[in-house]
Formats: sequence, C-alpha cells, structure tokens
Amino acid sequence: MPIKEDHTITADTFLTGIWKENPVFVMLLGMCPVLAVTNSVINALAMGLATTFVLLCSSALISMLRNFIPKEVRIATYIVIIATFVTITDYVIQAISLELYNALGAFIQLIVVNCMILGRAEAYASKNRLLKTLTNSLGMGIGFTIALLSLGSVRELLGNGSLLGYSVFGDAFQPWVVMVLPPGGFIVLGAWLLLFNWLKERKEAQILTNEGGIS
Amino acid sequence: MTDSSKGIGSKPQKNKPKQRKPEQSKPDQSSSLSMIITLGGVAMLSGLLVVLTWQLTLAPIQENQRIMIEKAIFQVIPGAQQRKTYIITDEGIEDVSTLQKNQKKKKLKKVGLKLYAAYDEQGHLKGIAAEAAAQGYADMVRLLYGYDPQCECIRGFSIIKMTETPGLGDKILTDTNFLASFDALDARLSANKKTLKNAIITVKHGSKKNPWEIDAISGATITSKAVGKAINQGAAQLLPKLSAHIQELQQLKTVKTNAPHTPNTTQETGK
Repeated sequence: MPIKEDHTITADTFLTGIWKENPVFVMLLGMCPVLAVTNSVINALAMGLATTFVLLCSSALISMLRNFIPKEVRIATYIVIIATFVTITDYVIQAISLELYNALGAFIQLIVVNCMILGRAEAYASKNRLLKTLTNSLGMGIGFTIALLSLGSVRELLGNGSLLGYSVFGDAFQPWVVMVLPPGGFIVLGAWLLLFNWLKERKEAQILTNEGGIS
Repeated sequence: MTDSSKGIGSKPQKNKPKQRKPEQSKPDQSSSLSMIITLGGVAMLSGLLVVLTWQLTLAPIQENQRIMIEKAIFQVIPGAQQRKTYIITDEGIEDVSTLQKNQKKKKLKKVGLKLYAAYDEQGHLKGIAAEAAAQGYADMVRLLYGYDPQCECIRGFSIIKMTETPGLGDKILTDTNFLASFDALDARLSANKKTLKNAIITVKHGSKKNPWEIDAISGATITSKAVGKAINQGAAQLLPKLSAHIQELQQLKTVKTNAPHTPNTTQETGK
C-alpha cells in the first residue's frame, strides 16, 4: 500500500521489491537462508517475517540517523544496528516457539550478514526519507518472504507430501526426500529462476517484435 | 596546498593517498569526535534495546524450555504427571529446587549428573529420565531416556536435538521394529552394582536376541547405533550411582513446591 503523504513515493517504490527487483529471483541476494531454511512452509514463513522485521527496523533507524552517520564509519554503524535487531528477533522467536527456533538454527543469527539488508541500508535507507525507506523496505521484505514461501511450499509439498504440516497427497504418496535436503533447495531455486528468466525473455521478445512492427 | 589550507589543529593526512585531490578529501573528512559519538551512541542504543528485549522475553523463554523438557519427560515415562529435578553425585543426591543459589549448586552442577524423577498423580515414582548424547551421522544426537526402576529397564527415549538426515536418520522416531526394542530394554546392574550387567548395544537389523540389544534400522545404522551408545553411556554412568538412592526418590515429598512457576524449576532448565 503506497503512502501518498510524500509525493516522491509512488506505487513503484513499494512494488519494485516484490516484482521488478525481487531480492531472491531477480537480484539473487541473501541466498544462504533461501537455500537453507526453506524445507517447510512454516520455516520459510518465519524466516521471511524475521528478515522483514529486521529489514524494516534497521532501515528505519538508519534512515533517521542518515545525516549524523559519518561516511567513514557507516558500514560499522549499519552492522551494529542490524545486529541489534537480529538479536531482538532471536529472543522473540525463542519466546514464541522453541521448536521453530531449533528448526531455524543458526540462520536467525545469520540474518546479520544477509546482503539484502545491508544493501538496502547502503543503497536506499542512507539516501531517502523515513517514509519512503519504510515503503521500499516493506516491499523488499514482502518480496523476500514470497520468494521463500514459493520455495518452501514446493519443497514441503514434494519432499513431505504436506503443506503447513497437513497431509495433502495421502499415504500413497512416496515423498521425494531429496527435496527437503540441501540439493532440493538448489533444484527448486533453479526451477524458479528458470521460470523468471523465461518470463523476462518473453517480455523482451515481445517488446522487440512490437518495435519491429512499428518500424 | 593540501596541508597549508587547513588549520594547525587538523589531523595529518597520513592515510590518504597523495594523488588524491584536496577538493575531494576535504569534505569527506569527518572529525574523529563525531565518529566516536556516532558509534558510541549507536552501540549504547543497541545495548539498551537488546537488554530490554532480553528482560521482556526471559520469562516466556524459560517457560517454553520448561514445557519442552516436561513434554519430553512425560513422553519417555508413560503415566507420569509431575516431575522433580535432582542432581546426583558420589556423595549423595540433592533436590535442585531446595538447593540455595550459592556456590554449592554451581559446584554440584559441574560434578553431578542431572536427572528428572517423574511421579504419577499420587506422587509414586514412575521412572527416572536423564539426558544422554552420542555422535550420530551428522552431529551429536542428544536424547532423553526413561528408566523404570521397577523392571530395571529403559522404557523409551525422545530426541532433544539431532540433525540427522530427514527420511533416513529420523526413522528412529517412527520405525516400529526399532522402537519395539525399547518396550523393556534390559538395564540391570551387575552383582556389585558398579556397572551394567549387559552393555546396551545396537545390533544389526533382524539379529536382536537379548533384551539388552537394540534392533538397528537398515539404512539408518549409524543413527541407531548412536542412540544405543548414548543410552549405554548414560545408563552406565547414572544407574550405579542411582541404585543407592532410589529409595529416597520413591515418594514425591513436597507436591506444592513443584508448582510450574517457581523460579527454581525454571532456572535449572535454562541455558
């Protein structure tokens, strides 16, 4: 939902993270959690939400402080800010569910080094106003969550025959165990990237033929 | 020109490369003071936020840990309704909730073995649960096993943490043949009460003959063996010590102190 208060914010500010610059499928950022924790829908969702929370909070704080942070120490400052919110997320997830916390393992702490978040801080939050940054970060976070979910649902469906823990195919289904193992992550990610690149190429080809028709 | 244009008090530009133009380097420079203030301020802010969150989430986290441990205990000891935590050493057995928060507790934690005594509703001892661990296929397999003093046997186990291959190693939780070994896994002590009479051992799938053997899962042999090894090690350490004190544990003494929210019970499960 784009915020209209600031006229520099357009729908694109928000939507760019979901589609045009999707952090996973287009920019290929933050691949470590994408491959590691998407073996089930609930893990993917939790990871996506945790990352979105860290992204939003850190971007907001960085955007507010952007005029005070000296250029020389900006990266160090960003890392400290991001690490703070990751630690907070870590505690909150433990308080919500220890099972989830154990399933996500070290990857919650590894949000610190998610290059999508640092990239947003450096490329966007440090240059834009608070509201614009928040809108953009929310879009990016949602785009990241959608990407994780699309991997997680395929992997859980094929590797476990279930969605969100509910059996879908019944007992006769022989699960593809490889899908919940690391290789499955690569296979599914590759398939999604194939789809996205095919869509992109088709669009470009369409533009080309249209132009050809005009000239 | 570079240096003369600046005040005397300005920092010497040791680190700057010579060929860099002064027009560029001059506005880039921030004073050390502002850097220190920024970093210090941000660090203080984050410290404050982290401590605040830690304070707020401490109680729910400990409650979660308590529930998780209790769930595991009640799973390995069928019929258990309440539990009490003890630490056992060569000198004796101590109830953790009655220990003061002094150095004695810390010392006992180091030398002693922790065990959970589980009781039914009337306060009769149903079994003893304790933690054990052994190297599995991917990483350590940490589990909790339930010991029944009546039949001197292991009644079951539950996994606290493992990272075994899904679909292969985690069959130890579902394979009926394997789990059947734990109906009454023999853990009697030898005559002198110093060791197990028969070491608990995992044998090849289908070759289980004795009550102290565990039937391995074909395809998950290493994980099966890890379970056997963990229980064998844990039982061999704990049971000889326990046998002297088992009478003290027979009856639950103070039901009321075991209320779920006492700070002591939550503290000892925290890590």
